[in-house]
Amino acid sequence: MRPSTFAISGLAILSLAAAALLANPGQAREAEQKLADNRALVEKYGLTDLALFTEARYTRHPSQADLHSAFQDHPGALEHFPSGSLLAPRPSALKPHEPLAGKTTTPD
Amino acid sequence: MSPWLEKQLHLIDFTLASLGRRKTKNIGLLVAYTLIVFVLASLTLFTHALRSEATFVLASSPEVILQRMVAGRHDLIPPDYIEKIGRLRGVQKKEGRLWGYYYDPVLNANYTFMARPADEVKDGYIMVGNTLARERGLAAHNTISFRSYSGKLFTFEVSAVLSPDSELLSADLVLLSENDFRKFFEYPAGHFTDIALSVANPQEVRNIAAKLSSSLPDSRPILREEVLRTYQSVFDWREGIVLTVLAGAILAFAILAWEKASGLSAEEKREIGILKAIGWETGDVIRMKSWEGLLISLTAFLLGFIAAYVHVFHLGAAVFEPVLKGWSVLYPSFTLVPTIDGLQIATLFFFTVFPYTAAVLVPIWRAAITDPDAVMRA
Repeated sequence: MRPSTFAISGLAILSLAAAALLANPGQAREAEQKLADNRALVEKYGLTDLALFTEARYTRHPSQADLHSAFQDHPGALEHFPSGSLLAPRPSALKPHEPLAGKTTTPD
Repeated sequence: MSPWLEKQLHLIDFTLASLGRRKTKNIGLLVAYTLIVFVLASLTLFTHALRSEATFVLASSPEVILQRMVAGRHDLIPPDYIEKIGRLRGVQKKEGRLWGYYYDPVLNANYTFMARPADEVKDGYIMVGNTLARERGLAAHNTISFRSYSGKLFTFEVSAVLSPDSELLSADLVLLSENDFRKFFEYPAGHFTDIALSVANPQEVRNIAAKLSSSLPDSRPILREEVLRTYQSVFDWREGIVLTVLAGAILAFAILAWEKASGLSAEEKREIGILKAIGWETGDVIRMKSWEGLLISLTAFLLGFIAAYVHVFHLGAAVFEPVLKGWSVLYPSFTLVPTIDGLQIATLFFFTVFPYTAAVLVPIWRAAITDPDAVMRA
Protein backbone atom coordinates (compact mmCIF):
# COMPACT_ATOMS: atom_id res chain seq x y z
CA MET A 1 0.00 0.00 0.00
CA ARG A 2 1.19 3.50 -0.82
CA PRO A 3 1.99 5.59 2.28
CA SER A 4 -0.49 8.24 1.11
CA THR A 5 -3.34 5.68 0.86
CA PHE A 6 -2.44 4.47 4.32
CA ALA A 7 -2.38 8.02 5.77
CA ILE A 8 -5.62 9.10 4.10
CA SER A 9 -7.47 5.93 5.15
CA GLY A 10 -6.15 6.41 8.70
CA LEU A 11 -7.44 9.99 8.79
CA ALA A 12 -10.76 8.90 7.25
CA ILE A 13 -11.20 6.20 9.92
CA LEU A 14 -10.41 8.69 12.69
CA SER A 15 -12.84 11.25 11.21
CA LEU A 16 -15.57 8.62 10.94
CA ALA A 17 -14.95 7.54 14.54
CA ALA A 18 -15.19 11.18 15.71
CA ALA A 19 -18.37 11.70 13.68
CA ALA A 20 -19.87 8.49 15.10
CA LEU A 21 -19.15 9.74 18.62
CA LEU A 22 -20.82 13.07 17.84
CA ALA A 23 -23.99 11.38 16.58
CA ASN A 24 -24.73 8.31 18.68
CA PRO A 25 -28.48 7.71 18.52
CA GLY A 26 -28.58 4.54 20.62
CA GLN A 27 -26.81 6.19 23.51
CA ALA A 28 -28.87 9.35 23.16
CA ARG A 29 -32.16 7.61 23.94
CA GLU A 30 -30.71 5.97 27.04
CA ALA A 31 -29.17 9.25 28.13
CA GLU A 32 -32.44 11.14 27.66
CA GLN A 33 -34.20 8.62 29.87
CA LYS A 34 -31.53 9.01 32.55
CA LEU A 35 -31.80 12.81 32.43
CA ALA A 36 -35.59 12.67 32.60
CA ASP A 37 -35.42 10.32 35.61
CA ASN A 38 -33.00 12.63 37.38
CA ARG A 39 -35.17 15.62 36.64
CA ALA A 40 -38.14 13.78 38.13
CA LEU A 41 -36.05 12.97 41.20
CA VAL A 42 -35.15 16.64 41.63
CA GLU A 43 -38.82 17.59 41.37
CA LYS A 44 -39.99 14.88 43.76
CA TYR A 45 -37.49 15.60 46.52
CA GLY A 46 -37.12 19.32 45.84
CA LEU A 47 -33.35 19.01 45.41
CA THR A 48 -31.39 22.16 44.67
CA ASP A 49 -27.77 21.10 44.26
CA LEU A 50 -25.35 18.55 42.87
CA ALA A 51 -23.68 16.27 45.42
CA LEU A 52 -20.14 17.08 44.24
CA PHE A 53 -18.48 18.31 47.45
CA THR A 54 -20.04 17.07 50.66
CA GLU A 55 -17.58 18.38 53.24
CA ALA A 56 -19.19 21.70 54.16
CA ARG A 57 -22.71 23.02 53.80
CA TYR A 58 -21.67 25.84 51.52
CA THR A 59 -19.98 23.38 49.17
CA ARG A 60 -22.72 20.72 49.37
CA HIS A 61 -25.48 23.26 48.73
CA PRO A 62 -23.77 26.29 47.18
CA SER A 63 -27.06 27.65 45.89
CA GLN A 64 -28.54 27.70 49.40
CA ALA A 65 -25.55 29.21 51.20
CA ASP A 66 -24.99 32.91 51.63
CA LEU A 67 -21.78 34.82 50.92
CA HIS A 68 -20.61 34.65 54.54
CA SER A 69 -21.27 30.98 55.20
CA ALA A 70 -17.70 30.02 54.34
CA PHE A 71 -16.32 32.37 57.01
CA GLN A 72 -18.85 32.20 59.81
CA ASP A 73 -17.26 29.74 62.21
CA HIS A 74 -16.09 32.60 64.41
CA PRO A 75 -15.42 36.31 63.93
CA GLY A 76 -12.44 36.72 61.63
CA ALA A 77 -12.59 33.06 60.58
CA LEU A 78 -10.84 31.95 57.43
CA GLU A 79 -12.37 29.42 55.11
CA HIS A 80 -10.74 26.06 55.66
CA PHE A 81 -12.23 23.68 53.09
CA PRO A 82 -10.13 23.44 49.93
CA SER A 83 -13.12 22.87 47.66
CA GLY A 84 -14.09 26.45 48.45
CA SER A 85 -11.42 27.41 45.93
CA LEU A 86 -13.10 25.28 43.26
CA LEU A 87 -16.55 26.69 43.95
CA ALA A 88 -17.19 30.33 43.22
CA PRO A 89 -19.72 32.05 45.44
CA ARG A 90 -23.16 32.54 43.95
CA PRO A 91 -22.98 35.33 41.38
CA SER A 92 -26.07 36.99 42.80
CA ALA A 93 -24.59 36.89 46.29
CA LEU A 94 -21.79 39.13 45.10
CA LYS A 95 -24.23 41.76 43.92
CA PRO A 96 -26.77 43.33 46.26
CA HIS A 97 -30.11 41.78 45.26
CA GLU A 98 -30.42 43.77 42.04
CA PRO A 99 -33.95 42.85 40.99
CA LEU A 100 -35.40 43.24 44.47
CA ALA A 101 -33.44 46.32 45.52
CA GLY A 102 -35.94 48.89 44.39
CA LYS A 103 -38.95 46.90 45.47
CA THR A 104 -38.27 46.16 49.11
CA THR A 105 -38.74 48.70 51.84
CA THR A 106 -36.15 47.11 54.11
CA PRO A 107 -32.68 45.99 53.12
CA ASP A 108 -32.26 42.27 52.41
CA MET B 1 -7.48 9.26 -11.32
CA SER B 2 -7.24 12.95 -12.14
CA PRO B 3 -3.71 14.31 -12.54
CA TRP B 4 -4.35 16.82 -9.75
CA LEU B 5 -5.30 14.08 -7.28
CA GLU B 6 -2.40 11.90 -8.41
CA LYS B 7 -0.04 14.83 -7.82
CA GLN B 8 -1.42 15.40 -4.30
CA LEU B 9 -1.02 11.70 -3.47
CA HIS B 10 2.60 11.80 -4.63
CA LEU B 11 3.15 14.92 -2.53
CA ILE B 12 1.70 13.12 0.50
CA ASP B 13 3.92 10.12 -0.20
CA PHE B 14 6.92 12.40 -0.31
CA THR B 15 5.83 14.28 2.85
CA LEU B 16 5.45 11.03 4.77
CA ALA B 17 8.87 9.84 3.66
CA SER B 18 10.34 13.20 4.70
CA LEU B 19 8.57 13.00 8.10
CA GLY B 20 9.90 9.43 8.46
CA ARG B 21 13.46 10.68 8.14
CA ARG B 22 13.00 12.70 11.36
CA LYS B 23 10.89 10.05 13.04
CA THR B 24 11.65 10.67 16.72
CA LYS B 25 11.20 14.43 16.49
CA ASN B 26 7.91 14.17 14.62
CA ILE B 27 6.46 11.42 16.80
CA GLY B 28 7.39 13.48 19.87
CA LEU B 29 5.62 16.49 18.39
CA LEU B 30 2.55 14.41 17.51
CA VAL B 31 2.36 13.00 21.05
CA ALA B 32 2.70 16.45 22.68
CA TYR B 33 0.18 17.91 20.25
CA THR B 34 -2.32 15.07 20.86
CA LEU B 35 -1.92 15.44 24.63
CA ILE B 36 -2.66 19.16 24.52
CA VAL B 37 -5.77 18.61 22.38
CA PHE B 38 -6.78 15.76 24.73
CA VAL B 39 -6.54 17.92 27.85
CA LEU B 40 -8.28 20.93 26.31
CA ALA B 41 -11.02 18.81 24.71
CA SER B 42 -11.54 16.84 27.95
CA LEU B 43 -11.94 20.08 29.86
CA THR B 44 -14.37 21.50 27.31
CA LEU B 45 -16.43 18.31 27.04
CA PHE B 46 -16.48 17.74 30.81
CA THR B 47 -17.56 21.22 31.86
CA HIS B 48 -20.07 21.53 29.05
CA ALA B 49 -21.67 18.15 29.84
CA LEU B 50 -21.75 18.86 33.58
CA ARG B 51 -23.16 22.34 33.01
CA SER B 52 -25.89 21.09 30.64
CA GLU B 53 -26.78 18.22 32.95
CA ALA B 54 -27.00 20.54 35.99
CA THR B 55 -29.10 23.05 34.06
CA PHE B 56 -31.44 20.37 32.76
CA VAL B 57 -32.07 18.47 35.98
CA LEU B 58 -32.12 21.47 38.33
CA ALA B 59 -34.68 23.19 36.11
CA SER B 60 -37.31 21.29 38.09
CA SER B 61 -36.04 22.34 41.54
CA PRO B 62 -38.46 24.45 43.65
CA GLU B 63 -39.28 27.86 42.12
CA VAL B 64 -38.67 29.71 45.39
CA ILE B 65 -37.05 28.54 48.61
CA LEU B 66 -37.58 30.75 51.60
CA GLN B 67 -34.98 30.71 54.33
CA ARG B 68 -35.10 32.62 57.59
CA MET B 69 -32.03 34.52 58.72
CA VAL B 70 -31.09 35.43 62.28
CA ALA B 71 -27.99 37.60 62.73
CA GLY B 72 -26.90 36.71 59.21
CA ARG B 73 -27.21 32.98 59.76
CA HIS B 74 -29.71 30.49 58.45
CA ASP B 75 -32.26 29.73 61.18
CA LEU B 76 -35.27 27.45 61.63
CA ILE B 77 -38.69 28.48 60.35
CA PRO B 78 -40.95 28.97 63.41
CA PRO B 79 -44.45 27.41 63.48
CA ASP B 80 -46.47 30.54 62.55
CA TYR B 81 -44.21 31.57 59.68
CA ILE B 82 -46.03 29.73 56.91
CA GLU B 83 -49.31 31.34 58.03
CA LYS B 84 -47.61 34.75 58.04
CA ILE B 85 -46.86 34.37 54.35
CA GLY B 86 -50.63 34.26 53.93
CA ARG B 87 -52.22 33.92 50.56
CA LEU B 88 -49.98 35.17 47.81
CA ARG B 89 -51.45 35.37 44.36
CA GLY B 90 -49.70 32.93 42.03
CA VAL B 91 -48.32 30.64 44.76
CA GLN B 92 -49.75 27.18 44.22
CA LYS B 93 -48.19 25.35 47.14
CA LYS B 94 -46.26 26.19 50.30
CA GLU B 95 -44.41 23.34 51.89
CA GLY B 96 -42.21 23.35 54.98
CA ARG B 97 -39.13 21.23 54.32
CA LEU B 98 -37.02 19.36 56.83
CA TRP B 99 -33.44 18.62 55.96
CA GLY B 100 -30.02 18.88 57.54
CA TYR B 101 -26.53 17.48 57.74
CA TYR B 102 -25.18 14.58 59.72
CA TYR B 103 -21.49 13.89 60.20
CA ASP B 104 -20.74 10.19 60.16
CA PRO B 105 -17.51 9.45 62.05
CA VAL B 106 -17.29 5.99 60.42
CA LEU B 107 -16.63 7.46 56.97
CA ASN B 108 -15.58 10.93 58.15
CA ALA B 109 -18.21 12.23 55.75
CA ASN B 110 -21.27 14.43 55.86
CA TYR B 111 -24.65 13.08 54.83
CA THR B 112 -27.70 15.10 53.86
CA PHE B 113 -30.74 13.91 55.80
CA MET B 114 -34.09 14.81 54.31
CA ALA B 115 -37.57 14.09 55.68
CA ARG B 116 -40.16 12.60 53.34
CA PRO B 117 -43.89 12.01 53.83
CA ALA B 118 -44.92 8.78 55.61
CA ASP B 119 -46.32 7.25 52.41
CA GLU B 120 -42.84 7.36 50.86
CA VAL B 121 -40.64 6.34 53.78
CA LYS B 122 -42.08 4.59 56.83
CA ASP B 123 -40.89 5.20 60.40
CA GLY B 124 -37.77 3.16 61.14
CA TYR B 125 -36.79 2.95 57.47
CA ILE B 126 -34.43 4.99 55.31
CA MET B 127 -33.64 5.30 51.61
CA VAL B 128 -30.00 6.03 50.83
CA GLY B 129 -27.99 7.35 47.90
CA ASN B 130 -25.89 4.89 45.96
CA THR B 131 -22.50 6.40 46.87
CA LEU B 132 -23.29 6.23 50.57
CA ALA B 133 -24.59 2.66 50.20
CA ARG B 134 -21.41 1.65 48.39
CA GLU B 135 -19.06 3.26 50.92
CA ARG B 136 -20.92 1.81 53.91
CA GLY B 137 -21.57 -1.55 52.20
CA LEU B 138 -25.35 -1.19 52.43
CA ALA B 139 -28.06 -2.91 50.43
CA ALA B 140 -31.85 -3.03 50.75
CA HIS B 141 -33.05 -4.63 54.03
CA ASN B 142 -29.71 -4.04 55.80
CA THR B 143 -29.81 -2.13 59.05
CA ILE B 144 -27.58 0.78 59.99
CA SER B 145 -27.20 2.77 63.20
CA PHE B 146 -26.40 6.45 63.52
CA ARG B 147 -25.55 8.19 66.79
CA SER B 148 -27.57 11.38 66.86
CA TYR B 149 -26.18 14.74 68.02
CA SER B 150 -27.86 14.14 71.38
CA GLY B 151 -25.86 10.93 71.81
CA LYS B 152 -28.75 8.48 71.33
CA LEU B 153 -28.31 5.57 68.93
CA PHE B 154 -30.93 5.19 66.18
CA THR B 155 -31.22 2.06 64.06
CA PHE B 156 -32.83 2.17 60.62
CA GLU B 157 -33.57 -0.44 58.00
CA VAL B 158 -32.65 0.44 54.44
CA SER B 159 -35.86 0.16 52.41
CA ALA B 160 -34.22 1.04 49.10
CA VAL B 161 -31.01 2.34 47.57
CA LEU B 162 -31.55 5.22 45.12
CA SER B 163 -30.69 4.63 41.47
CA PRO B 164 -26.96 4.71 40.61
CA ASP B 165 -27.89 6.93 37.66
CA SER B 166 -28.82 9.68 40.10
CA GLU B 167 -25.54 9.65 42.04
CA LEU B 168 -24.62 13.14 40.89
CA LEU B 169 -27.66 14.40 42.81
CA SER B 170 -28.16 11.87 45.57
CA ALA B 171 -24.67 10.63 46.52
CA ASP B 172 -24.98 11.47 50.22
CA LEU B 173 -28.76 11.56 50.55
CA VAL B 174 -30.57 9.80 53.41
CA LEU B 175 -34.36 9.97 53.15
CA LEU B 176 -36.29 9.23 56.33
CA SER B 177 -39.75 9.84 57.74
CA GLU B 178 -40.67 13.18 59.30
CA ASN B 179 -41.13 11.57 62.74
CA ASP B 180 -37.72 9.96 62.60
CA PHE B 181 -36.13 13.19 61.38
CA ARG B 182 -37.62 15.21 64.25
CA LYS B 183 -36.63 12.59 66.83
CA PHE B 184 -33.14 12.11 65.42
CA PHE B 185 -32.22 15.81 65.36
CA GLU B 186 -34.53 16.71 68.31
CA TYR B 187 -36.12 19.26 66.04
CA PRO B 188 -38.56 21.52 67.87
CA ALA B 189 -42.20 20.67 67.02
CA GLY B 190 -43.72 22.70 64.21
CA HIS B 191 -40.36 24.10 63.07
CA PHE B 192 -39.01 23.59 59.56
CA THR B 193 -35.65 24.04 57.85
CA ASP B 194 -37.00 26.14 55.00
CA ILE B 195 -40.10 26.60 52.89
CA ALA B 196 -40.46 25.56 49.24
CA LEU B 197 -42.99 27.53 47.18
CA SER B 198 -44.42 26.44 43.86
CA VAL B 199 -45.27 29.27 41.50
CA ALA B 200 -47.42 28.57 38.46
CA ASN B 201 -46.32 31.47 36.29
CA PRO B 202 -42.55 31.97 35.87
CA GLN B 203 -43.13 35.70 35.21
CA GLU B 204 -44.53 36.04 38.73
CA VAL B 205 -41.55 34.56 40.59
CA ARG B 206 -39.68 37.84 41.06
CA ASN B 207 -42.81 39.69 42.20
CA ILE B 208 -43.51 36.97 44.72
CA ALA B 209 -39.93 37.11 46.00
CA ALA B 210 -40.24 40.90 46.36
CA LYS B 211 -43.51 40.52 48.27
CA LEU B 212 -41.97 37.90 50.54
CA SER B 213 -38.97 40.13 51.27
CA SER B 214 -41.21 43.02 52.22
CA SER B 215 -43.71 41.07 54.33
CA LEU B 216 -41.06 38.96 56.05
CA PRO B 217 -37.93 41.13 56.32
CA ASP B 218 -35.93 38.38 58.06
CA SER B 219 -36.48 35.99 55.17
CA ARG B 220 -34.20 35.26 52.24
CA PRO B 221 -35.90 34.01 49.10
CA ILE B 222 -33.74 31.92 46.75
CA LEU B 223 -35.12 31.70 43.24
CA ARG B 224 -34.69 28.77 40.89
CA GLU B 225 -32.98 31.01 38.37
CA GLU B 226 -30.38 31.83 41.04
CA VAL B 227 -29.78 28.11 41.59
CA LEU B 228 -29.24 27.67 37.86
CA ARG B 229 -27.01 30.75 37.70
CA THR B 230 -24.95 29.37 40.59
CA TYR B 231 -24.17 26.24 38.62
CA GLN B 232 -23.33 28.17 35.48
CA SER B 233 -20.81 30.22 37.41
CA VAL B 234 -19.48 27.22 39.35
CA PHE B 235 -18.47 25.48 36.14
CA ASP B 236 -17.18 28.63 34.46
CA TRP B 237 -15.00 29.19 37.52
CA ARG B 238 -13.75 25.62 37.57
CA GLU B 239 -12.99 25.64 33.85
CA GLY B 240 -11.08 28.86 34.43
CA ILE B 241 -9.07 27.37 37.29
CA VAL B 242 -8.04 24.30 35.29
CA LEU B 243 -7.19 26.50 32.30
CA THR B 244 -5.01 28.68 34.53
CA VAL B 245 -3.22 25.60 35.81
CA LEU B 246 -2.80 24.37 32.25
CA ALA B 247 -1.71 27.75 30.90
CA GLY B 248 1.97 26.92 31.43
CA ALA B 249 1.70 23.64 29.54
CA ILE B 250 -0.27 25.24 26.72
CA LEU B 251 2.31 28.02 26.37
CA ALA B 252 5.15 25.50 26.41
CA PHE B 253 3.43 23.60 23.62
CA ALA B 254 2.81 26.79 21.67
CA ILE B 255 6.53 27.59 21.87
CA LEU B 256 7.46 24.05 20.82
CA ALA B 257 5.04 24.03 17.91
CA TRP B 258 6.04 27.50 16.81
CA GLU B 259 9.71 26.65 17.00
CA LYS B 260 9.15 23.43 15.07
CA ALA B 261 6.87 24.99 12.51
CA SER B 262 8.53 28.33 11.90
CA GLY B 263 12.24 27.62 12.27
CA LEU B 264 13.66 25.42 9.58
CA SER B 265 16.50 23.11 10.46
CA ALA B 266 19.59 23.13 8.20
CA GLU B 267 18.59 19.68 7.00
CA GLU B 268 15.12 20.88 5.97
CA LYS B 269 16.62 23.88 4.21
CA ARG B 270 18.99 21.64 2.28
CA GLU B 271 16.07 19.42 1.37
CA ILE B 272 14.16 22.37 -0.06
CA GLY B 273 17.26 23.50 -1.94
CA ILE B 274 17.69 20.07 -3.52
CA LEU B 275 14.00 19.88 -4.44
CA LYS B 276 14.21 23.28 -6.12
CA ALA B 277 17.44 22.30 -7.86
CA ILE B 278 15.88 19.16 -9.33
CA GLY B 279 13.00 21.16 -10.71
CA TRP B 280 10.30 21.48 -8.02
CA GLU B 281 8.33 24.69 -8.21
CA THR B 282 7.88 26.99 -5.20
CA GLY B 283 4.16 26.08 -5.22
CA ASP B 284 4.97 22.36 -4.99
CA VAL B 285 7.27 22.90 -2.01
CA ILE B 286 4.61 24.95 -0.23
CA ARG B 287 1.94 22.36 -1.04
CA MET B 288 4.16 19.58 0.28
CA LYS B 289 4.75 21.45 3.57
CA SER B 290 1.05 22.31 3.90
CA TRP B 291 0.32 18.61 3.70
CA GLU B 292 2.89 18.03 6.42
CA GLY B 293 1.26 20.58 8.75
CA LEU B 294 -2.22 19.36 7.98
CA LEU B 295 -1.38 15.67 8.44
CA ILE B 296 0.26 16.27 11.83
CA SER B 297 -2.32 18.69 13.20
CA LEU B 298 -5.37 16.82 11.90
CA THR B 299 -4.12 13.47 13.26
CA ALA B 300 -3.34 15.08 16.62
CA PHE B 301 -6.74 16.79 16.76
CA LEU B 302 -8.72 13.66 15.88
CA LEU B 303 -6.73 11.40 18.21
CA GLY B 304 -6.91 13.95 21.05
CA PHE B 305 -10.64 14.52 20.60
CA ILE B 306 -11.55 10.82 20.47
CA ALA B 307 -9.36 10.09 23.52
CA ALA B 308 -10.98 13.01 25.38
CA TYR B 309 -14.48 11.76 24.54
CA VAL B 310 -13.69 8.28 25.83
CA HIS B 311 -12.00 9.76 28.91
CA VAL B 312 -14.91 12.03 29.83
CA PHE B 313 -17.93 9.94 28.88
CA HIS B 314 -16.68 6.39 29.39
CA LEU B 315 -13.91 6.61 31.98
CA GLY B 316 -15.57 9.20 34.25
CA ALA B 317 -12.97 11.95 33.62
CA ALA B 318 -10.34 10.10 35.63
CA VAL B 319 -7.69 12.77 35.05
CA PHE B 320 -9.84 15.50 36.63
CA GLU B 321 -11.08 13.33 39.45
CA PRO B 322 -8.35 14.22 41.96
CA VAL B 323 -8.98 17.93 41.38
CA LEU B 324 -12.73 17.54 41.61
CA LYS B 325 -12.78 15.25 44.59
CA GLY B 326 -11.26 17.75 46.97
CA TRP B 327 -11.95 16.56 50.46
CA SER B 328 -15.16 14.84 49.58
CA VAL B 329 -15.12 11.36 51.01
CA LEU B 330 -18.41 10.65 49.31
CA TYR B 331 -17.64 11.55 45.76
CA PRO B 332 -20.29 10.30 43.35
CA SER B 333 -19.18 8.04 40.54
CA PHE B 334 -21.16 9.32 37.61
CA THR B 335 -21.17 8.93 33.88
CA LEU B 336 -22.07 12.15 32.16
CA VAL B 337 -24.60 12.26 29.38
CA PRO B 338 -22.65 13.10 26.22
CA THR B 339 -23.64 16.59 25.15
CA ILE B 340 -21.30 18.34 22.81
CA ASP B 341 -21.25 21.99 21.95
CA GLY B 342 -20.38 22.12 18.23
CA LEU B 343 -19.12 25.68 18.51
CA GLN B 344 -16.67 24.77 21.27
CA ILE B 345 -15.30 21.87 19.24
CA ALA B 346 -15.06 24.08 16.15
CA THR B 347 -13.18 26.69 18.21
CA LEU B 348 -10.81 24.04 19.51
CA PHE B 349 -10.29 22.78 15.96
CA PHE B 350 -9.63 26.27 14.68
CA PHE B 351 -7.15 27.11 17.43
CA THR B 352 -5.22 23.84 17.21
CA VAL B 353 -5.20 22.87 13.53
CA PHE B 354 -5.01 26.22 11.74
CA PRO B 355 -2.20 28.03 13.60
CA TYR B 356 0.16 25.09 13.18
CA THR B 357 -0.61 24.61 9.50
CA ALA B 358 -0.23 28.34 8.92
CA ALA B 359 2.97 28.63 10.97
CA VAL B 360 4.59 25.97 8.78
CA LEU B 361 4.06 28.02 5.62
CA VAL B 362 5.90 31.32 6.24
CA PRO B 363 9.50 29.96 6.61
CA ILE B 364 8.92 27.46 3.84
CA TRP B 365 7.80 30.18 1.49
CA ARG B 366 10.85 32.26 2.45
CA ALA B 367 13.20 29.32 1.85
CA ALA B 368 11.40 28.26 -1.31
CA ILE B 369 11.69 31.64 -3.05
CA THR B 370 15.43 31.89 -2.38
CA ASP B 371 17.94 30.64 -4.91
CA PRO B 372 18.49 26.87 -4.43
CA ASP B 373 22.24 27.32 -4.43
CA ALA B 374 22.09 29.89 -1.61
CA VAL B 375 19.67 27.72 0.39
CA MET B 376 21.89 24.64 0.09
CA ARG B 377 25.03 26.56 1.07
CA ALA B 378 23.39 28.30 4.07
